Amino acid sequence: MSPDLLDLGAKRLQEARARAQTPPGGSGGRATGYAHPLQAGVVDVSHGRILYLEGVTVSFDGFRALNNLNLDIAPGELRCIIGPNGAGKTTLMDVITGKTRPDSGTVYFGSTIDLLRHSEPQIAGMGIGRKFQKPTVFEHLTVFENLELALACHKGVWASMRFRLKAEQRDRLAQVLHTIELSPQCHALAGSLSHGQKQWLEIGMLLMQEPKLLLLDEPVAGMTDAETERTAELLTQLKRHHSLIVVEHDMGFVRSICSKVTVLCEGALLAEGTLDEVQANERVIEVYLGR
Amino acid sequence: MTDMTRPDFHGINMPSKPLFSRAGWAAMLVAAVLLCVVVPVLNLWLPADHALHVSDFMVGLLGKILTYAICALAIGMIWGQAGILSLGHGLFFALGGYVMGMYLMRQIGADGVYGSALPDFMVFLGWTELPWYWALSHSFVATLLLVVLVPGALAFVFGYLAFRSRITGVYFSIITQALTLAAMLLFFRNETGFGGNNGFTDFRRILGFPLATAEMRVILFALSGITLLGCVLLARWLLLSKFGRVLYAIRDSESRVMFCGYNPLPYKLSIWVISAAMCGVAGALYVPQVGIINPSEMSPANSIEMAIWAAVGGRASLIGPIVGAFVVNGAKSVLTVSFPEFWLFFLGALFIVVTLFMPNGLAGVAHQAWAKLRRVRA
Repeated sequence: MSPDLLDLGAKRLQEARARAQTPPGGSGGRATGYAHPLQAGVVDVSHGRILYLEGVTVSFDGFRALNNLNLDIAPGELRCIIGPNGAGKTTLMDVITGKTRPDSGTVYFGSTIDLLRHSEPQIAGMGIGRKFQKPTVFEHLTVFENLELALACHKGVWASMRFRLKAEQRDRLAQVLHTIELSPQCHALAGSLSHGQKQWLEIGMLLMQEPKLLLLDEPVAGMTDAETERTAELLTQLKRHHSLIVVEHDMGFVRSICSKVTVLCEGALLAEGTLDEVQANERVIEVYLGR
Repeated sequence: MTDMTRPDFHGINMPSKPLFSRAGWAAMLVAAVLLCVVVPVLNLWLPADHALHVSDFMVGLLGKILTYAICALAIGMIWGQAGILSLGHGLFFALGGYVMGMYLMRQIGADGVYGSALPDFMVFLGWTELPWYWALSHSFVATLLLVVLVPGALAFVFGYLAFRSRITGVYFSIITQALTLAAMLLFFRNETGFGGNNGFTDFRRILGFPLATAEMRVILFALSGITLLGCVLLARWLLLSKFGRVLYAIRDSESRVMFCGYNPLPYKLSIWVISAAMCGVAGALYVPQVGIINPSEMSPANSIEMAIWAAVGGRASLIGPIVGAFVVNGAKSVLTVSFPEFWLFFLGALFIVVTLFMPNGLAGVAHQAWAKLRRVRA
């Protein structure tokens, strides 16, 4: 291949990459169907979807925890999932994070990454963070050290032995500390924090891993009203930079954060829309809100 | 809530923590001078009737306890920081000792009872040549390497299998006990090629220099001391690094650590192997000082005693286990002379008292007292 051809190729690739990096919108800010190069390790959201589930079915001993479920999440979206107990909310999270394998269906992260082909740690590494219901922080380490452990970096033994916090990593840490409003408690032991602060710290630890999609399981369970309000602010702010899926029972909280709500029932999608819309939906009233 | 572009740096400027404070370095220096200059001078150059003279017996005893202190430190490191209680570290100690013992046996040369180039016990068994695993025992350099590698390799294999199967807590402790017991039974057999129940003894020289001299005793004493200080430095460096914090986090919640993207197996395995290798080095320093190594060093009781040193001194700190080794062994050498039959009762009682009333050992008590003193002053 002649040098000028090489140059031409490089130039075209550069142009294509520049196009690929245009802000994601309905179709990535350009005409759909326009070819663009795939980049390994980069989530392709050019079709306007960061997560896409189709026909997902999970059964445990004949019990269908998820039944032919379809769901899709846009980049930067904050989606609330509600539903009665046993509706399959936690199973849904398990499927997305790779903990449970569905019997059938497809699960895509972006347009190109088939999550069913990856293991739990791989999925976590790709940028899907999950917060469990019960806050689990390292109680004997300080807030700072908790965040430092969660930092996205080499996680090998030798790398850890020689680890030094770089300036940009410290900035990132400071930024996250600021976001979760724990800067004053920076050097306090995590075990000494209040319940709400532990939850925020755990969200902070997820943020340190720079996730693209965050799954939060009942983030305000057991919080005081003031803490719930603070969490709502925090999530609304995160929405700009991350996509979030929140499972929650507290309707007041859902109302304060949410644009779009998905109602699950017996493993299937029952309704989707704004909170007012779904609350007005006859079937939803029947199965969930009760009459 | 303000915008994310202007982070608040309040309290974040965290300089990387130095290995030791100035006082810490000063203490290390004082300890080094004490071990390498003061004790040797007081032993070798003061007349025996001088008030400050350190007797040969004392140098021998302290040298032995220094090697025990290395073991206590090694156990404290994995127990206190990573939450892994080993009741089989006597095995690694004995393996290091056996490797050194093999070299010392070869150094006897043809000066043995039978006048053969083979060790006496082999002549006694009617063997005509050295078994293959004695091949490197003539070389001092190889011996130094094997002192670290043999216990390290065994710990690696054992640790890999145990940690991979997620064996933790008391179950792990019990199989370490079983391991050292099995090894003891193996080493008791004459066919194993390590001198059976008599083990190795009757050493003459090391690197061609005679062993049973006052100078050699002092040199081995100082070497043990320096090695102990080196191990303290290594342990301190490891535990102050992020590696140490990950271990701490694994102790708190192993599954959460995995969720942060760490694989706990190599972390636990590394600290376990380093700890075993430390014990091996301690054993290699112990054998030329006491002049004997036999399978009773691998008895489960010995390993439990090592864990007691760490518990008495306080496993949460690095100095605690060292203090514990000195206190318990000091008490042992006094009590076994005056009330030999009461020693085991005393040891048991000590363990109960420490577990019930001083969960963090002597170091914990000292720490509390210090905190109280500061509060009173302030």
